[in-house]
Amino acid sequence: MNASTMVFYILSAVILGGALLSVTAKKIFRAAVFLLFSLIGIAGLYFYLNYEFIAAVQIVVYVGGIVVLIIFSIFLTHESGRDMKEPSMISNLFAVFACCFAAALTYLFIKEEHFNATPNPTLEPSARNIGTQMLDITRYGYILPFEAVSILLLAAMIGCIVIAIKLKPKE
Amino acid sequence: MNEIGLTHILFVSTMLFFIGVYGFLTRKNMITMLMAVELILNSVNINFIAFNKYLYGDKLDGLFFTIFIITIAAAEAAVAIAIIINLYRNLKSIDVDDADIMKF
Repeated sequence: MNASTMVFYILSAVILGGALLSVTAKKIFRAAVFLLFSLIGIAGLYFYLNYEFIAAVQIVVYVGGIVVLIIFSIFLTHESGRDMKEPSMISNLFAVFACCFAAALTYLFIKEEHFNATPNPTLEPSARNIGTQMLDITRYGYILPFEAVSILLLAAMIGCIVIAIKLKPKE
Repeated sequence: MNEIGLTHILFVSTMLFFIGVYGFLTRKNMITMLMAVELILNSVNINFIAFNKYLYGDKLDGLFFTIFIITIAAAEAAVAIAIIINLYRNLKSIDVDDADIMKF
């Protein structure tokens, strides 16, 4: 077992351990912190695969944005020291069975499948290549989804303000 | 077993996906359900990046899908939290079992 393999297994342990503790933690604030560890582990996995740009985006958006948003909303809506309600025994049991069997089935499919890599030369996933192809207006560019998603973000921002706004009661 | 292949990464992402599904099925609190959804979306991102890296190294399409999924996940989380805060204001609870005022 060489160093690269060791790094992969450590990253996998961080990701899966964080995720498992995040969905089973008794206190909601701890669940958010374990989710943070899991997301950082995923960013590490992207670094391991040499996709530095995606790793940076993962850290900026998920770790810096979404988890902070979740922690803020926990503080706004909870007494964060209190324990959460336990799931009922029967639903817990069925959820565990469903997930274990589905994971085992998917694992069988993955194990049997033979993947064939493309023989073409690899394209470096650098920020220059990503930017050039994303804003390209020719056939393989992604300018249209880029614009669509920017409108989506604007709509989401306005929608959030409209939903969460507190109207003053009329006199 | 010396070389980390596509199968290893797909196995990690499968486990992450079903951990997220487990959390989504058992949790009753809306914020923890949102966390489970984030885990599921992240497992999909890992899949896209792994396929792009190992099978289609001459293209960047998987990477673009990941970028757009991250963007939409951020928008989704923001809208979900706005809805949760509004619901808390009305019901003083964010338990899914308490949010039944739209039932007939």
